[in-house]
Amino acid sequence: MSNLMSGAKMLLECLNREAVECIFGYPGGVTLPFYDALYDHPIRHVLVRHEQNAAFAASGYAKATGRVGVCCATSGPGATNLVTGLVDCLMDSVPVVALTGQVSTSLIGTDAFQEADTFGLTRSATKHNFMVKDLAGLPQALHEAFYLAASGRPGPVLVDVPKDVFIGRGHYQPVESIHLPGYKLMTEGHSGQIRRAAQMIWEAERPIVYAGGGIVLGNASAELRELVELADLPTVCTLMGLGALPGSHPNFISMPGMHGSYAANTAMYNTDLIIGLGVRFDDRVTGRLSNFAPHARVIHVDIDPAEISKIRTADIPIVGDVRKVLARLNKAVAEIKADAEGAKRNARIAWWGQIREWKAEHPFAVPPAAPDEIKPQQLMREIDRISDGKAIVTSDVGQHQMWSAQFIRFDAPRLWINSGGLGSMGYGLPAAIGAQFACPDKLVFSIVGDGGFQMSLPELATIVNYGLPVKIVVMNNGYLGMVRQWQELFYNNRLSSVTLDTFPQVELLAAAYGFKGRTVERPAELASALAEAVADPGPYLLNVKVSPYENVYPMVPAGGAINEMVLGPPQPVPVGD
Amino acid sequence: MENKPGALMRVTGLFAQRNYNIESLTVARTLDPALSRMTIVADVDPKIRPQVIKQINKLINVLQATDLTDTPSVARELVLLRIRATMENRTAILKEAEIFGARVIDSSVDGFALEVTGEPEKLDEFINVMASYGDIQITRSGLIAVSLEMKKLKLAPPVATSGVESNSGAAAIA
Repeated sequence: MSNLMSGAKMLLECLNREAVECIFGYPGGVTLPFYDALYDHPIRHVLVRHEQNAAFAASGYAKATGRVGVCCATSGPGATNLVTGLVDCLMDSVPVVALTGQVSTSLIGTDAFQEADTFGLTRSATKHNFMVKDLAGLPQALHEAFYLAASGRPGPVLVDVPKDVFIGRGHYQPVESIHLPGYKLMTEGHSGQIRRAAQMIWEAERPIVYAGGGIVLGNASAELRELVELADLPTVCTLMGLGALPGSHPNFISMPGMHGSYAANTAMYNTDLIIGLGVRFDDRVTGRLSNFAPHARVIHVDIDPAEISKIRTADIPIVGDVRKVLARLNKAVAEIKADAEGAKRNARIAWWGQIREWKAEHPFAVPPAAPDEIKPQQLMREIDRISDGKAIVTSDVGQHQMWSAQFIRFDAPRLWINSGGLGSMGYGLPAAIGAQFACPDKLVFSIVGDGGFQMSLPELATIVNYGLPVKIVVMNNGYLGMVRQWQELFYNNRLSSVTLDTFPQVELLAAAYGFKGRTVERPAELASALAEAVADPGPYLLNVKVSPYENVYPMVPAGGAINEMVLGPPQPVPVGD
Repeated sequence: MENKPGALMRVTGLFAQRNYNIESLTVARTLDPALSRMTIVADVDPKIRPQVIKQINKLINVLQATDLTDTPSVARELVLLRIRATMENRTAILKEAEIFGARVIDSSVDGFALEVTGEPEKLDEFINVMASYGDIQITRSGLIAVSLEMKKLKLAPPVATSGVESNSGAAAIA
């Protein structure tokens, strides 16, 4: 019969129905039939240079747009290479669907060439995974995967497809509905709890909004802003939530946590009400739990019931979609505003005064530099100036990530793209590829360290291949800076395996790939070099040599308390007896 | 939970991954062959019991996880026990078995195979007593339990794929 369709074509048909524009992937033996079907299909395939980066690129794409990112790899090593990227997406709740090829069903379990137990390996790396053993189940699994990835608390979902399923032919029946009886989404929020929360917000003397990645994922920025303005609430945004409230908003304090600001952490310590919105009380935010907001009552809104009271018991738990809950909460807050606003007015004015004082006492500042020295903070400040709150910035993991988060302002969500939960080095460059594909007209900076850059260096080829005008800024301090910082502070400065002695000459490196690179060593060149990079229509690789021994402050040491931040380098201690 | 390939692995994997100790686990089909019921006995701090239940409920294939610790329920375990018996102590063993309500399911010159059900503490006692008569070998089934509250299972309704449109951005929160 002529209307029989191959599994590979069916899969593409399903991707089409899910409005997929592009797939980040790498072909291999068992995915040959799929790539053959892709050959004359309108969906764009982006050939990366390593499967891990396919997952990171899909993550960057998803974070920049809110749409499901798609990545693809072959069986065995292809699939295992995806794993880091999948866990990264799981930790940061990024909607990604991963397609992997598998050896033919007749070979499964025989230790066949390029066979790996992808289904087993990715069980804990995904929100859910599927192994499609017969063609009839393929469309269903695909649509379920997209639904699971995007709905509720988003996350990565993997679909493993054996080669014979790609090749097999059958009648394609478009899937009309999917049924996941165990997947119960609670989106509305409990009305009584929402009313109580509104009451509690007006009763508080020292309230603080603790906004996280959930605001970004749930597209709730407008609602967050409304709440913050309604009740004039001081707001901190977590590493994943930067941009949820515009960085230039007067109610935005800054980022809390291990390298958060003095004002944010001190406010978190002294608050009497935490309004947690799409957050998970991560250890990097709370520091030692017993000293985290010890005087506070907690309102916690999250779509994942398991996040609520996992770390800190919530006084008012609200399970629901943060946008829907906030819309209702705002109404409730507004309704009682006239009556409730007056009661704590003076206390609230004093609280704001206090926070402004803390902000003024210890702002994020560029430390004084020697005449020929570029402080890393200065680099971030320059990028901030060019970005003006509008550019997409992807980062890797480490010191440059923290300085970027401290010094670069984000006036909208989905601009700041980094690996938060898993902290995967090598994330920044491929994530920029995904983000630039998603937003071709936006200025995209990829700020990376000299360590992480070398983990993803092969992707320079992808960037050139697809003409992506990503501005890569290597913050080069010659060290694995964050590890070096910890060795200095906690391991007697015994610098063990953290020196990155060899780094390619970026002019030559970029030229080898066919684009421009430049090294910046003097502070006077910095602004013009960045301007030149941005003015260039193509990709640009900037290698900025910064002070090698600069440490990120303030700092809450691991297991330390947020009210005992270390504000700067230790002062010399007099030797006693 | 749904009787799907890998569903059991998801549950056991979750326990290992989150550092919860499983003491026993049983699983078998329900009246609906598409579903299985599991009984898990876990040794966890009472403070994190709700968290364990929430994490299990997050598994897509799990329809409902319930904590039976403080709810009306009955629980039983089965023990199969082989005991080597001598001509002298055969009668005593049988008498003792009778006291515990055990049944003889095999008898030979070497000894007996016995089955007994009950609550785990009673079975511990039975095993102790039997061990005092000679060499034993045992297999325990692990606890199975049933709630005494008749609660209807709450399930998610089907979703139309036309409404899925997961790629329209805003759908992430639909």
